This record gives sequence, structure tokens and C-alpha cells, in this order.
Amino acid sequence: MTATGERPAAEIGQSRRRKEDAHLITGRTTWTDNLTLPGMLHLAILRSPMAHARITSIDTSAAKQRPGVIGVFSGQDFKDVQGDVPCAWPVTEDIVIPPAPPLAVAQVNFAGDAVAVVAARSKAEAVDALEAIEIEYDPLPPVLDMEEALKEGAPLVHESTGTNHSYTWAFDSGEAGSGGSIDEALAGAEVTVKRRFIQQRLVPAFMEPRSTVVQPIGEGVTVWSATQIPHVLRVLLALSLGIPEHKIRVVAPDVGGGFGGKIIVTPEEFITTLVARRLGKPCKWTESRSESIMAAHHGRDQIQDLTITATRDGTITGLDVHLYADMGAYLRLLTPGVPTLGAFMFNGIYKIPAYRFTCEGVFTTKTPTDAYRGAGRPEATYGIERIMDELAAELGMDPLELRRRNWIKHEEFPFTTVSGLTYDSGNYEAATDRALELIGWDELGKEQAERRSRNDPVQLGLGISTYTEMCGLAPSRILAALRYAAGGWEHASVRMLPTGKVELVTGSTAHGQGHETAFSQIVADHLGVPFEDVEVIHGDTQAVPRGMDTYGSRSLVLGGTAIVQATDKLVAKARRLAAHMLEANEDDLEFADGKFGVRGVPDSSMGLGDIAFAAFSAHDLPEGMDPTLEAESTFDPSTFSFPHGTHLCAVEVDTETGRTNIRKYVCVDDVGTPINPLIVEGQVHGGVTQGIAQALFEEAVYDEAGNLTTGTFVDYTPPSAADLPSYTTDRTETPSTTNPLGVKGVGEAGTIASTPAVINAIVDALRPMGVNDIRMPATPERVWRAIHGARGGGDRAAGGTVAYGGASTSTLDGGTS
Amino acid sequence: MTKINVTVDGVAYTDDVEPRTLLVHYLREQLGKVGTVVGCDTSNCGACTVDLDGQAVKSCAVLAVQADGSEVTTIEGLGGPDGALDPVQQAFHDTHALQCGFCTPGMIMAVRDLLRQNPNPSETEIREGIEGNLCRCTGYQNIVRAAQAAAAAGVPA
Repeated sequence: MTATGERPAAEIGQSRRRKEDAHLITGRTTWTDNLTLPGMLHLAILRSPMAHARITSIDTSAAKQRPGVIGVFSGQDFKDVQGDVPCAWPVTEDIVIPPAPPLAVAQVNFAGDAVAVVAARSKAEAVDALEAIEIEYDPLPPVLDMEEALKEGAPLVHESTGTNHSYTWAFDSGEAGSGGSIDEALAGAEVTVKRRFIQQRLVPAFMEPRSTVVQPIGEGVTVWSATQIPHVLRVLLALSLGIPEHKIRVVAPDVGGGFGGKIIVTPEEFITTLVARRLGKPCKWTESRSESIMAAHHGRDQIQDLTITATRDGTITGLDVHLYADMGAYLRLLTPGVPTLGAFMFNGIYKIPAYRFTCEGVFTTKTPTDAYRGAGRPEATYGIERIMDELAAELGMDPLELRRRNWIKHEEFPFTTVSGLTYDSGNYEAATDRALELIGWDELGKEQAERRSRNDPVQLGLGISTYTEMCGLAPSRILAALRYAAGGWEHASVRMLPTGKVELVTGSTAHGQGHETAFSQIVADHLGVPFEDVEVIHGDTQAVPRGMDTYGSRSLVLGGTAIVQATDKLVAKARRLAAHMLEANEDDLEFADGKFGVRGVPDSSMGLGDIAFAAFSAHDLPEGMDPTLEAESTFDPSTFSFPHGTHLCAVEVDTETGRTNIRKYVCVDDVGTPINPLIVEGQVHGGVTQGIAQALFEEAVYDEAGNLTTGTFVDYTPPSAADLPSYTTDRTETPSTTNPLGVKGVGEAGTIASTPAVINAIVDALRPMGVNDIRMPATPERVWRAIHGARGGGDRAAGGTVAYGGASTSTLDGGTS
Repeated sequence: MTKINVTVDGVAYTDDVEPRTLLVHYLREQLGKVGTVVGCDTSNCGACTVDLDGQAVKSCAVLAVQADGSEVTTIEGLGGPDGALDPVQQAFHDTHALQCGFCTPGMIMAVRDLLRQNPNPSETEIREGIEGNLCRCTGYQNIVRAAQAAAAAGVPA
């Protein structure tokens, strides 16, 4: 029954065109906002126009009289039942977690905080009625600058907590025993370089605005939501709102991008659930883009103070990292944990004998931060890759040579780093050599020298980023040590249907990655069935009872391994049944191309489909065997996986206008064994683009009063096709040794690698002019200012704006000693 | 309410609309043409791009009443009756020019419009031609490839 004839020898490694495309390119989509239920009401949320204020009165009576309005609610109406939007990552024992009501009750803490909600028969009527809600605010001082916020007597975001300091999370290699004493390294250093780098605030900017539909059914609810985490959402709706978990169904239908931006449980999911239950009607909430940019969580926003020490010959002796991480107004699901992930990545690919990492989480009256593509790791990679260039400049050494001198050599794997992780495999030399060759490094170097010598107004800069990252989040035991509330396993079950078709049920919920295609390839190879015969089921807790969802480049490493394990178990069961049917010993059966044959007996073969039908009919099963051919498995990794690579960027900088132009961008990534090279390349393209966007284009800016001034795509400026070059991509393949597929993860690699490559290139172009940093995004204005002030790029043109998370400019230069 | 007559994807509709109704909301909410999506509120992202009388427009920037008497083609109206794909749709699939797929309907409509005006665009012309459509997943490289592939295949004008 199994048509094995048309199956290519191996699906894994083929650039299969995606199964997902068929409905997406024809508009037959199931985005949450497409869903309409009989009697469904539409919600619109009124948001605080002020960064920080007490609510002195709310009058919803006029709004209730508006046409089509069925209900209007404020925090007062739900204060006894709405609970708090949960934080699952209390990183320290004494962390300060302020109350986070889904609808503000007495106070608003950022511009965009939800204060009231209208339910109406149409979306237009709901939005119209918002205008009729009367709210009086008593303004409080905004808290915008992290360092100011920590000073004695500073205004507090949350009065009840008595502090703007959420936590201090620290790691010291001397204390941990993973390395030497950083104090000794600092005291005895031949060369010390200190820098302050700013990770500006970013907006994940997934293309599909968030949307939630809730249908109340008896005691329970069905929730459709544009989320990365349907399984986590189900558990947290139960824990937070007291709805019995077994009466909650969560569906993530087509989800239009996430990038971490849909990784949290949102206030709006709670609000929609509360209103739907209160009114006993299905309700839909869909945000506008401006609402999304203002109220959906932001990413990054750190002040990084780095000190690196080395010997005169360029051997690193120590690294000391201090971070201020902006939490925003509340702690969302992962907020405190995101910057602490950087602890394991600041040491990058280098052998660093002594290391300290200190992270302080700070509350401000801004939109809460949480995961954004890379989550803690791009920040760390930026810090180390930028300061490597600064150290090279201080030493008068080629930045590439400095990296070679300090990186882990391929024969030194597995290697346990100073932050305590064991990298299983890698080959930094091979990836770097390939990248240098592809970009024509030496030729570009000659051109750079030539342009310098003739004082060309357009200078050329060459930037390097040799990165690694920790993927496959995450081993549950490590998560426990990091005080994360849940585990990091993933689940799969595989069912062989009576007609030989296969259903794969995976807990890895997709939102654009191509899981259906890549997972089908894995199943096809492991069961010997055609790619087309595999259906991948995901994103619905009723169909997929167990899962940990999708983030942290985990789907292939964890979800893929769970699939391999499940198919192995299925084949083992099929072997028992086949042996019974063929009257042979199990040990004498060979399994290949979806068929069992008795060794040495030609024409004795039996396909998996026949075995599945025999299991289904159950006429003659071995004693005690269930009449199904299915198996399930959970994979919890013992460690992370570590993709790596080398990204090189050549940037032309017009020194008269400050305009930059990426002339060439080459990346050679090592993500282990590629399952589908086409999808890998696509992930790299998109990832590199988001990293370039951080380097050159994007920033969430607040004014002095705490208003977000980049609240639309007009102001936030995500890059268009015309802003970007084409990239040259290639791979080296060093299989991971910690999972059966040899895969490492690719979702975040490009983003992690590209930001420092671009900024290193711009700084390289301008270093002869005394420039040693450019604040991101390196707009033409900032580049021009850096050239003319030989400084870090100065403030934005608008005087008085707090453009980069509040760090004061005066200390930006850092300097060397 | 204002009465409008619009042909959408080959079907003639007569409807009453509020004068302020945007074409995209008319398509989605009154006709159920939810293949066309809304990605922003400032006419930047182009996710809602449709064909209006042979020209690509952002349907969030057109009032439904402005489409009175017009012919609209959405992503759902492309391709043959037998399910055959439009060459641009096919090119998007072949070159992996989409990931999450949310920008894709608008992007496909924009590329079709570009190729109608310029059947053999250079890479720069393609990049500038789709500048009004944002994609967050692909970095645009494979969308450029898709446009090139469709151009090579000779899209009917």
C-alpha cells in the first residue's frame, strides 16, 4: 500500500518546495482575524495616552449608549477576577515583580497601557465608542532613563514595590569554578579596553497584527490567537484566570510571523477572554498596527558596559560585563530572563580565562520588553564582537588575527567555556576561510587602502562578525537552574493510518518557519514513506495535547529529535507485528524503504501500510498488542546546540552625507546538517535583514513625556526591498553531536550575526577619522555626527528626546586605558 | 449608506456601504474576501494590495465607494478555474519567496503590477518596484528571485 517507488533516496537534504505555500499564495488563509463566529462581538481597547498617571475617574456611561455597543468595561469591572498577566521567569529569589493587571485599575504605567474595552456589534462601532469613554488622569512623573531611575529618590514606576530595581543577576567564573578571577585579570592587565554600547529598543514588527477570538462554551473557552505558544497559553489561562485547564482549547491557526513578539501571554488575550465570558458571546480583538507598535512588547534596550583585558600580544585575559536591561513597565512572560541569557554568550567563540556578568533589570514607564529574535544572544554577540574590534584597534592588530588567536580551534571541541556551557562541535576556521574567499577580502582591503590614500569622500569599511549562539531552548534541568517556571522538552507522535498515510502530531507550533515541510522530510526518511503522504498537525491543543511551542531555534533540534524517536518506536512496534505476520524472528527482519523483509528470504517483504492495516483490522495481533500503529516520544535535551558562522560586510560610507551603502554581505553559517537547504537559506536571509535593520534603520523612540514617537511604520521604518542588498550565503556543515539529526537551529543565527558585522564595517571605515563607535541605528545623521564630532554618533536631531533607552550621552565614549 | 456595484474576482456585487468604509474592509467584512489582509494603518505595508481596474492599489487607501462601477481582482481571483496558479504565484512557490505568508497576497499583486509595467526589470527596478510592500520574514531576496523567475517565464500583460 505504501508507494515507495517515487520516493527519492533521501528526503533530508533536499530543497523541497514548501507544503505550507499552497494556501498562503492563493489567499485561502486562516489568520485569526479571518475568523467569524455567529453572534460574535468586536472589541476595541482604550489605551492610556500618558506614560504614568493615576486614574482618578472613569465614566463609561456615554459609551454604553453608542450605537451597536453591547458592553463597556474598565479595570474596576474585572478587578476581582482578572488576575495578573503572568511572568514565568523570576530570575532571582528576591526579584521584584509588580502587579500587572490586564486592564489598569488605579494607575497606568506606560503610554499604551489598556484602560477600558468596548464590545460592539461591529469593529467600527467599537472603535467609535472609545471616544465616548471619559477618563481623568492625575499625571505622575515619567521614568525613562535607567540610570536615573536607580538613583536614590527617583520617582518610582510602581510605588508599592519601593524601587525601580527588579533584580541583579550575576555570574562570576571565579566563584563558579569555570574560570579564573576577573578582579585578578583586571588588576594585572597589560591592556584594558572599556566601552559602553547601547542596544536600542526595537519593535518585533511581525506582519500579522495580533488577534484573539474567544468563544465561551459552558465553563470553558475556545481561544484562537495569533500566538507562538498555544500550549503555554492554555496552562497560563488556567492558572491565572481559574478556568479549568481541561475546559480550555487553544488554537493557533495561521500565524503571520512572531520573531518572539508572539511568545508571551498578552493582556489582550486575558481581556478578550474576560469580556467573552462576562457577556457569554464570542468576542474578537484585533489590533491596529499603531496599537501593536505601542502596546505589543518591545525587544533589546540595554546599556552594556564592557571591559576586556588582554596581553600585548593579543591574548584575552578577562571580560567583565555589566548590563542595565530595561524591563519597561511590567514583567511579561520572559522579560527578566531575556537579558540574562546573554550571560552564556558574551564569551562568544573565544577562550576567555576570567569572566564576570552582571545584569540589572530596571523598570521604566515604557512598553514592557520581552523576547525579540535572538533574545539576549544578539545583545551579547554585539557586545563581544564590537569590543573585539576595539581591542584590535588598541593593540594595533588585525581584527581577524585577534579573533584567530583567541577562538576555540576545531580540534579543541568539545570545549567547555568560561560561562560553563560545553560546545559540542564547530569549525570557526573553515567558516571564516570560506567567507573571506567569497567576499574577496584581500581585494576589498586593497580598495580600502586605496580610497584612504586618496581621501576619497566615499570610504570603504570591512566588518567581521564571528558568532556562535545557543539554540535548542532548552534543557529542562538548566531552565530549572535559571529559575524558569516550565520545562524545555518537545513532544511528537506519529500515526500510521490504515491506508498507509501518516499523521505527525507535533508540539512545535509553526508561524512561518516551514515545519510542515521539514518535518515531513524527516518522517519520510525515517518511515520510508513519500513526503506527500505525511500530514503535519500542529497548533491546536485539542489535536496536539502536549507541546512547548516555538521559540529559541528549538523546533528542529527538539521537535525534530522527538519525531525521530517517535518514528523509531513506531518502526519497533511494526517490526513486532511484521514478525508475527511473517512468522519470523524479529531479529531476522530488515527495515528499509518502508518495508520489512526477512533476511535471506527474497519476496518476503511487507510494507508499513500493510502492517498498519493489519493493526487496524486487529484480526491477528500478537498477544497484548494494541490495534494501532502509532508511537509518541518526548525529547528533553541534555545541552544546547551551537550554530556558528562568519559574516563579513563591506560598507561604503559617504563621509560628506553620512549615507551608508552595504556593498557586499557574505555569510557562511554552520547550522549542522541542513534538513531543507532552501528553508535554511530563507531563514538566513530574513535573519540577516532583521540584524541589519537594527544596525541601520530601526529604533523605538520616546519623547521626554514618555510618548512613543515611532508609533507607525512611517516612523519606525522597517526596511523595504529598496533599502537592502542581496546577500551571498553559504554553509559549512559540522553536525551537532548531541542529537540524532545533527541539526543546530537556524532561526536566529542571521539576526545574531549581522548587527555587529555592519557596525564594525562602518566604524572600520571611519576609524582613521577618530571614530570608535556609532550608536544604532547608524542613520546618515548619526554617521555624519560621528565623523564631525569623532564621537559615538550623538543624539538624534530632535533635542531632548530619549532616543536610546535613556543612557546619557556624556559617558558614551568610554575610552581606553 | 451608499449603494455600490463592484465586480470582485469575476462576480458582480451590489451592496450598501457606509461612505467611510475602506475597500479592504468591504472586501473582508462584507464579501468575506479574507485572503486580502490588513497589516498597518498608514498605507505603508501594502499587505492589502489588490487590482483595481488593472492597476495595483492599496485597498486600505481606497474607499469602497470609489470602487463603484469598477472591477477588482484579489489574490483569491488569480489563477485558472482548474486551480492552475498564476505565474507569479507559481514563482513565489518555486523560489521560496514567502515564509509566514501574511505579506504574500499584497506582494504577489504588487509584483504582477510591476511586471505589467516593466516585463524585464533589473534587480534594482524590482526592489524599487515593490518598495511599497513590507515583508518581515524573507529579507526580500527570494521575492526578487520570484519576480525575476516570473519575468523569465513571460507573464501575460
